[in-house]
Amino acid sequence: MEELDVEPAITNIPAASDGKHLGFAWGPGDILAYETLYMAPGMCAKGSGCSFIHEVRKDEDIYSPILRKLFNESHHIFVGLQTIREDLPSKNKKTQFVSISKNYRSVIRACMEELQQVAASVLVLQVSILLAIELIWNLCEVLFIDAAPAGPLLLHLLDWVRLHKGDVDEKAREVLQSESPAEHHDYWDVVVSYVLQGRFEEARQMLVKQATLQPAARNMYKLMDTLLSKMPFYNPGGTQTLTEFDVKWRHWHEEVDRCLQDNSFASNQHLEIICKILVGDEDTLLEHKELLSTWYHFLVTRLLFCHPTVKPTELHYYAQSCMTMFLDLRSVPEPLDSILLAAFEFDIHQVIKDCSIALNNWWFVAHLTDLLDHCKLLQSHNLHFGSNLREFLLLEYASGLFTHHSLWQLAVDYFDNCPEFGHVYLELQIERVPLDTERKALKVLRICEQRQMSEQVRSICKIMAMRALRNNRLGSALSWSIRAKDAAFATLISERFLQDYCARGTFSDLDLIDNLGPAMLLSDRLTFLVKYREFHKLYEENRFSEAAKLLLSLITAKIAPRSFWMTLLTDALPLLEQKEVSHSAHCALHCGFGHDLCFILQ
Amino acid sequence: MESVNAKYVSQKISKTRWRPVSHSSLQQPDIFATGSWDNEDNKISFWSIGNHGSSGMDEGFEGDPQLLCEHKHDGDVLDLQFLDQDRIVTTSSTGAVTIFRHHQNSQTISVSQRWPRVHRYPCDNAPCTGVVCSSPEIVTVGEDGKIIVFRADQEGVIRVIENADSSTIHAVTYLRTTEILTVNSIGQLKLWDLRQQSNSPSQILSLSGDRLPLHCVDRHPNQQHIVATGGQDGMLCVWDVRQGSTPFSLMEAHSAEMWEVHFHPTNPDHLFTCSEDGSLLHWETSTHSDMPSFLQGGRNNSMISRSAMAPAGGNQSLISTWLSGDSSKGRLETTHMLPSQTLSVNSLDVLGQCLVCGTDGEAIFVNRQVPV
Repeated sequence: MEELDVEPAITNIPAASDGKHLGFAWGPGDILAYETLYMAPGMCAKGSGCSFIHEVRKDEDIYSPILRKLFNESHHIFVGLQTIREDLPSKNKKTQFVSISKNYRSVIRACMEELQQVAASVLVLQVSILLAIELIWNLCEVLFIDAAPAGPLLLHLLDWVRLHKGDVDEKAREVLQSESPAEHHDYWDVVVSYVLQGRFEEARQMLVKQATLQPAARNMYKLMDTLLSKMPFYNPGGTQTLTEFDVKWRHWHEEVDRCLQDNSFASNQHLEIICKILVGDEDTLLEHKELLSTWYHFLVTRLLFCHPTVKPTELHYYAQSCMTMFLDLRSVPEPLDSILLAAFEFDIHQVIKDCSIALNNWWFVAHLTDLLDHCKLLQSHNLHFGSNLREFLLLEYASGLFTHHSLWQLAVDYFDNCPEFGHVYLELQIERVPLDTERKALKVLRICEQRQMSEQVRSICKIMAMRALRNNRLGSALSWSIRAKDAAFATLISERFLQDYCARGTFSDLDLIDNLGPAMLLSDRLTFLVKYREFHKLYEENRFSEAAKLLLSLITAKIAPRSFWMTLLTDALPLLEQKEVSHSAHCALHCGFGHDLCFILQ
Repeated sequence: MESVNAKYVSQKISKTRWRPVSHSSLQQPDIFATGSWDNEDNKISFWSIGNHGSSGMDEGFEGDPQLLCEHKHDGDVLDLQFLDQDRIVTTSSTGAVTIFRHHQNSQTISVSQRWPRVHRYPCDNAPCTGVVCSSPEIVTVGEDGKIIVFRADQEGVIRVIENADSSTIHAVTYLRTTEILTVNSIGQLKLWDLRQQSNSPSQILSLSGDRLPLHCVDRHPNQQHIVATGGQDGMLCVWDVRQGSTPFSLMEAHSAEMWEVHFHPTNPDHLFTCSEDGSLLHWETSTHSDMPSFLQGGRNNSMISRSAMAPAGGNQSLISTWLSGDSSKGRLETTHMLPSQTLSVNSLDVLGQCLVCGTDGEAIFVNRQVPV
């Protein structure tokens, strides 16, 4: 076994008494813990023991009502993803994959918004986890799925950062709604934030307000406005090549540098800062750590102003150095930071591995890996357990779902899409679904029948039939054995009917026996029962010749149980006295009678 | 097919029903109730789609259903019916029947009356699978094969038909005010006359061939002898209960159990079915003439029915186009109303131009512009 990457978390079981020895048992998704009588030497019995069994669950998320929507909606998207045809040209497939990735992310966002509205303190952690998940997913979409080349890459990264730094807009709104926006204490923060995110239009609009307040410095503001408006942005749909863009950008960069050297903004401290940012001065950028708030924002900003034609393969150099520069030497990088760094290094497996450790639910890694696998980005990396990474994660996720009283139905589709072990897992899990009502049993049966799991079908039908039999619902029991085509059980039920008849002299459940139709052929005993009842009906209707013929066929066919032979023979007696019975039938009955009598007497 | 939006509600929906609108107003329905199943804590909930006034414009799908109020429910909600504007009756997997009252002013729900454990085995509870009501009378059926008659506002039960069926009764509906129809898990349709004191059905109809369980039944709103059923194999059967003991026509509908079948209450040329295979079908009969089918008298020459040609009796009664259901002839159009790949659609209800359905994928779909 490999070394542990992190220290295992400790969970205290509050109800268990102090100092007691705990025993445990593994369950499908949880651990059962209980107090034992064992006393280590040196321990003394402190008070009476606790008589409870404690259930320790690792994954609380599946029990959260809001997160349930995440599981259901993503299941829908997952199933849709599996049906994308293999033979589509790769360009079309890429757009589809990107749109599916966006779908997943919008589902995460919707959940996050709903959680935020609920505003309970316990959910703050969940919200931040979802935020982190969406951040990571978005980055993976930009880097791996969309796989933008140099040029568009920076634009996508800018979008990524803007999406995940929402407080700028809030602050801006506050400033703009105040009486005199240009004099608001957050005004310059907002302007600088806009510049750091490359949102020059908004920055310029804000600056105009300041410009009107300071007519004396009009030329300076005009110069800044010109610089901001002239910064080139790469246009992916345009005719300009990357090299041409690079030349233009360097040109602009030199111009800004010249302004700085000329001290054009020296009299206005704020404009000077903006100018330094535009030129990409690292120290100035680092002075605004609070506004940047994260090292990856710092990274993207730095790239924007120093190296907008960054290539995907160069990202990790910048990422590593930015992270080092931004974070204090003392602070420990959080799991999120190392995951993002691994993403910038294009180490997909490391990303997945780190996420698996950091999160307590397999949802994220399972769906992301599945999507990346469809994009053919995962090397076929055989694990020790025989299946590939995608299948392993999907199996773990689905197994976790199966422990949920309600979400087990979703898990079935996930198992279906695990070609190697999915079927086996499903077979083992589906038998453990509790069957409280017939309706649920029917749904489980339908799942089994659609996948040719005949063992499970038989076993479920037998359980339901036994239950029905115990409650004396013979018709239900029979309908279950018909479904399972279980002749042995049908025989058992028929025996019960016949026993009832012997005990009471009449048949019960006539509506069933009289209306079985072709189902009566399922078992010999059942056929006998139906025919025997038919015999009685014919007798009651005084159709004696037909009754005699039927009885004769019953005797000769030898499908009657031994215990019934005497009954049959005694039934035959009154018929022998009937005049309508035909002569041949008469003789046959006599012979049959005699034959069987000898048989019985033996 | 326009896109129908799903509202995810974090509970598997077992039943959904529109609140009835008064016949005098031409309003579209705006409130529906749902019941959940397979949860540790099941609930009944009331939702609003905010459809006040006529929906003349093209605003079919704006606004998700909004939750008005909800209440805990003991056991799975196996069936749910509106008793009147404010009260619903639910049946539970614990064998209990409950009346809930929805207080519109305060948007709360309270238990108005409860009959616990009415459906049971000698030593266990039996799920109560179906209910139908015509205020104040309520009739329920269950896995224990009993039919029980209640009256709202009266304690205790009015009548119990023990051993009405040796197998599970899956659904019940009114045929006439004093006659009910039940379907069971050995493929039989049984008519019961509640005026009679006997404990046996007045008529038994069944499919020829395999006796597959029937899960749902609905009666034609205008022609009381026409009944539609759906069962385990997903076949839609239309029966004429006045004649014969086998269905009049059989149509292949779904590839798995059909859970509910509904005639449109005011436009019975339209029928809706939903199934375990995740599809919801809208069936529409078309007649050759411009006259709606229920106004045509006598026999339509181009009809080909599978069994007897003329209805019994000399009276040239109206023959519904349902009884000639032969989908290969193009007289019957079916349309899928949901995007594919949903989990089982457990329940649907249609009223006016609005359709609501609930699925095992924990989603509710509302369509406000059903073409009827």
